[in-house]
Amino acid sequence: MSVLVYTESEQGKFKKVAFEVASYAKAVANQLGTTVTAIAMNVNDTSQLAMYGVDKVLNVTNTQLDNFNAKIYANIIKQAAEKESTKVVIIGSSANSKYLAPLLAVELNAGYASNVIEAPSNISPFTVKRTAFTNKAFEFTQINTDVKIVGVSNNSFGLVESSGSATAEAFSPSLSESGINIESVDKVTGKVSIADAEIVVSAGRGLKGPENWGMIEELASVLGAATACSKPVSDLGWRPHGEHVGQTGKPVAANLYIAIGISGAIQHLAGINASKVKVVINTDSEAPFFKAADYGVIGDAFEVVPRLVEKLKAFKAQQ
Amino acid sequence: MLVISITDKILICFKLLIMKILVCISHVPDTTSKINFSDNNTKFDTNGVQFVINPNDEFGLTRAMWFKEKQGATVTVVNVGGPETEPTLRKALAIGADAAIRVNTVATDGFSVAKQLANVVKDGGYDLVIAGRESIDYNGGMVPGMIAGLTSANFINNCIGLEIEGTSVKAIREIDGGKETLSTSLPLVIGGQKGLVEESDLRIPNMRGIMMARQKALNVLEPIDANAETTSTKFEKPAPKGAIKLVSPDNLDELINLLHNEAKVI
Repeated sequence: MSVLVYTESEQGKFKKVAFEVASYAKAVANQLGTTVTAIAMNVNDTSQLAMYGVDKVLNVTNTQLDNFNAKIYANIIKQAAEKESTKVVIIGSSANSKYLAPLLAVELNAGYASNVIEAPSNISPFTVKRTAFTNKAFEFTQINTDVKIVGVSNNSFGLVESSGSATAEAFSPSLSESGINIESVDKVTGKVSIADAEIVVSAGRGLKGPENWGMIEELASVLGAATACSKPVSDLGWRPHGEHVGQTGKPVAANLYIAIGISGAIQHLAGINASKVKVVINTDSEAPFFKAADYGVIGDAFEVVPRLVEKLKAFKAQQ
Repeated sequence: MLVISITDKILICFKLLIMKILVCISHVPDTTSKINFSDNNTKFDTNGVQFVINPNDEFGLTRAMWFKEKQGATVTVVNVGGPETEPTLRKALAIGADAAIRVNTVATDGFSVAKQLANVVKDGGYDLVIAGRESIDYNGGMVPGMIAGLTSANFINNCIGLEIEGTSVKAIREIDGGKETLSTSLPLVIGGQKGLVEESDLRIPNMRGIMMARQKALNVLEPIDANAETTSTKFEKPAPKGAIKLVSPDNLDELINLLHNEAKVI
């Protein structure tokens, strides 16, 4: 009856989101009066999960799982859920988790709610609060099936530490046929991705040209942030498509979103509105972003950003 | 005695060669719509709302048109919904789809919609099913994957590139922090998005397209039994935002102070 949580990893190490979904799973387990079992793939050291309330870890070790495959992973999670007689499965909101979730839902015949932002508001009937209408509203969703899947939105629940220890158990599920082969992976290394970032620094057409992104990169680097851009900027080819955030680009649910030289078109705001704190830096005080942000600086990005970088460096040095 | 005429044989061969594409079309409120709820915040209020083809689906439809025109394919569009969704299907026909199907039931949750669509896929023997990675109304992000699971087809989500030769497929998937190139085979379901085609490739229906769309088949199918696995019980709108705090560009220490001590995000 354990709550099962899929804890994502990369190159043998847990991603930060693994600890957030584990914290969430612990909250659900407390509500249900049960324990938390985590399922992990090829993780070298799983002991950290105990700090976030996990009681047992099923760690699958198999080199065939080094690359993510949605169908195989979903099938393994299904086998773990059956082994643990799980009624609630918790996953994250990464591209990979969202990829495997619907496959897992079919395998378990489970109702699935994505983009969930709080612990269940009710256990019976099982009800969760999620974002809908591209962050313009919240929806309370009741999951009616015996087995339920909850996809937790990034940076929504946070990390909750608890004391305890976790037992590790080797788990050797059978591997299903995948049907899909990975030919190559093209991934920027050494940079925070938008999905994993707590802080996102984003810039728009106000920067006038791709040659001016140095200061944006620098600001992001000081803050340990990911870089992003508005749609016109990616359409113009100033920045790669993968950086485009907004309704048709990547969604952002960061703790802090800094928008520089972005006017704030409704499609852009829809995509980034799940972020907790928004800062806008723009010369045009009439820009719609000033109505959506928490903090604003009316000023020229070319003066404000370099100065902010210097001040932040001094601030970080003091910390 | 079974006699197959030459023309039938040619037709059969032709059918084997021509890829059958099904594009799932969600009927969603236009991005700029004000979102309101009625019946004590339990229902989405459609009053005064302009409906459009879900943007993620429109990228997929446009890619389907490319296959039809460059490689030969038939393109059918499908929606699960009431008669009010037909103008959205007609628009897809005006863009160039060959035929449309409406499954005549109210779309309640993603899983039941996927079951209806999987039934259409099985009946029609489609080789390629294209659906948007998510709809911009409920943002469930589950329908394409569930169709794949229910029909035992291969599945690629966040698909930003798709090439098909015979039954071999090369696809590009957007991942967190990059992309990956995949190979697979038909039958295939993709969760599509921008990148399959670019915004500038999207087509506005012209008068000829609109006239032709009126002549094209829009078949209404009755739904199969499918329970709702999830139920929307209530909606809430975000609390009104407090006023923005403006900081002078000459006083950025104050901004850092606010972000550190008040917002606690740095």
